[in-house]
Amino acid sequence: MKILVCISHVPDTTSKINFTEGDTKFDTNGVQFVINPNDEFGLTRAMWFKEKQGATVTVVNVGEADTEPTLRKALAIGADEAIRINAHPSDGFFVAQQLAKVAKEGNYDLIIAGRESIDYNGGMVPGMLASLIDANFVNTCISLEVEGTDATAVREIDGGKETVKTSLPLVIGGQKGLVEEKDLRIPNMRGIMMARKKALTVLDPDDTQARTQAVAFEKPAPKGDVKLVSPENLDELIDLLHNEAKVI
Amino acid sequence: MSVLIYTESENGKFKKTAFELASYGKEIANMMGTTLTAVAVNAENAEELANYGVDKTLMVTSDELKNFNAKAYAHTISSAAEQEGSKVVIISSSANAKYLAPELAINLKAGYASNVVALPESTEPFKVKRTAFTNKAFNLTEINTEVKLLGLSKNSFGLKETSGAGAVASFDAAIPDNANGVEVASVDKVTGAVTIADAEVVVSGGRGLKGPENWGMVEELAEVLGAATACSKPVSDLGWRPHSEHVGQTGKPVASNLYIAIGISGAIQHLAGINASKTKVVINNDPEAPFFKAADYGVVGDAFEVVPQLIEKLKAFKSNNA
Ligand SMILES: Cc1cc2nc3c(=O)[nH]c(=O)nc-3n(C[C@H](O)[C@H](O)[C@H](O)COP(=O)(O)OP(=O)(O)OC[C@H]3O[C@@H](n4cnc5c(N)ncnc54)[C@H](O)[C@@H]3O)c2cc1C
Repeated sequence: MKILVCISHVPDTTSKINFTEGDTKFDTNGVQFVINPNDEFGLTRAMWFKEKQGATVTVVNVGEADTEPTLRKALAIGADEAIRINAHPSDGFFVAQQLAKVAKEGNYDLIIAGRESIDYNGGMVPGMLASLIDANFVNTCISLEVEGTDATAVREIDGGKETVKTSLPLVIGGQKGLVEEKDLRIPNMRGIMMARKKALTVLDPDDTQARTQAVAFEKPAPKGDVKLVSPENLDELIDLLHNEAKVI
Repeated sequence: MSVLIYTESENGKFKKTAFELASYGKEIANMMGTTLTAVAVNAENAEELANYGVDKTLMVTSDELKNFNAKAYAHTISSAAEQEGSKVVIISSSANAKYLAPELAINLKAGYASNVVALPESTEPFKVKRTAFTNKAFNLTEINTEVKLLGLSKNSFGLKETSGAGAVASFDAAIPDNANGVEVASVDKVTGAVTIADAEVVVSGGRGLKGPENWGMVEELAEVLGAATACSKPVSDLGWRPHSEHVGQTGKPVASNLYIAIGISGAIQHLAGINASKTKVVINNDPEAPFFKAADYGVVGDAFEVVPQLIEKLKAFKSNNA
């Protein structure tokens, strides 16, 4: 089985979010970048397929040269090779088109992406990619088994979960559940050394035009102070929720 | 030309988001000088939508669409959009809507903005505000395509009653062959319980509750409030509660009217996921817990004392206001 894992390079979850150039650009100053958490669960599941079922694992990212450390980290975790499409990931459609080209040319059986990236939260790349290459698609995937060309997946739905039968070629939008938090791997020294020797191929993008553009950013208005209610006077809390906030 | 909304239902009944979508869609239709059409699958009582401005509802009735299927549903919506010549198509932010959205966008050659939280700032060029960085910021997105697809965040616009023409027509779209590639084998859904996605009120517990055996009071508080229960990430990682209750940046987003956090410190990743909630209450025995900076109301106290009392007082309040 040939697996392609799509890796988004995103600010660490603890990052303070700021903007520059008149609030039109994300300020990367002092920001640590990491593998998108949803993608990391998928990458770890891919490692399982590699170790247990002999799959080969390629990781891919659409991004400029500054994303290479993130791809190298994925290689250190155990991916076999990496591809970077050298372009600014201007919108979800543009990214999906670039990935579709890689997916078609590489004839991958299984493509694992994350349900959404935690920076722009577009939530569209995996589904668009599946549509563009006419593969099956399961979103918010929390469990995946593959037997030959048959796959069984569990998808999280509002209020529960749903088990689906599908087949390769398959794209999933993954998240926690694909593997557990404790299964996530921290690259060890040997992995890091080996990653340096693995192939990282850089490709040029095609001429797809983005369909959307982030023209400006803004931070939420600062919050007013919390109103403290004494634990001896919970009637006041009920009164505030009823008469002031009007939520009960 | 009419604006198209996809109004979701459950067991035939429209969800509240269907009415919110109608309220929102009507205003966009007014901005653009056009009408509002809804497309609904296996739903009843289309006339309810007219109270929120829907001029025409396309009713799809099909056994084949009994189980949700992203490709088949996306195809139904795109066929409706093509029939209506819609330039703006609006869906919700439910798990199903987010699942079908990318396919729908490709079918319609549409630019897609998800997590939209306000009316478009302008319709030419089409610019709309959405959340980004998991609620840590907003971004204004310009959509450059002729057809625009918007995913409206829950509870971001509210309900606005207004009358629409309320015509009803049946609608039928062939199901594409490739829709059969993903088949539902079983659905495991809590019946009767309020889901985090649909809840008006969410009661959430953190590591401060010490162990799964202490969740009785969380559940009871939720029951009194008609709320869904949720938890912080470590609580689900420890197996105290199911993963489906994990909320936050890497869990489910919460956009309820009221969010009550009990024994949750308020880590940045937790807050990111619940910040879209309108009113936040924190109960924590550490006055320095960061949650107090994010909350509207706070009680500094021991959850094991505060929560049982709050339950009793709420019961009294409910019976007085019944
Ligand atoms: C990549 C990444 C992603 C993450 N994503 C998420 C996410 O999506 N969601 C999430 O929740 N977290 C997430 N986290 C974890 C987050 O950083 C915090 O560790 C977590 O939210 C803390 O959970 P908690 O508040 O339940 O526990 P703690 O931080 O341990 O807080 C427990 C709180 O309970 C209070 N307490 C103790 N006893 C009592 C009592 N008797 N009465 C009242 N209060 C009491 C304490 O004062 C304390 O404030 C993520 C972390 C990382 C690194």
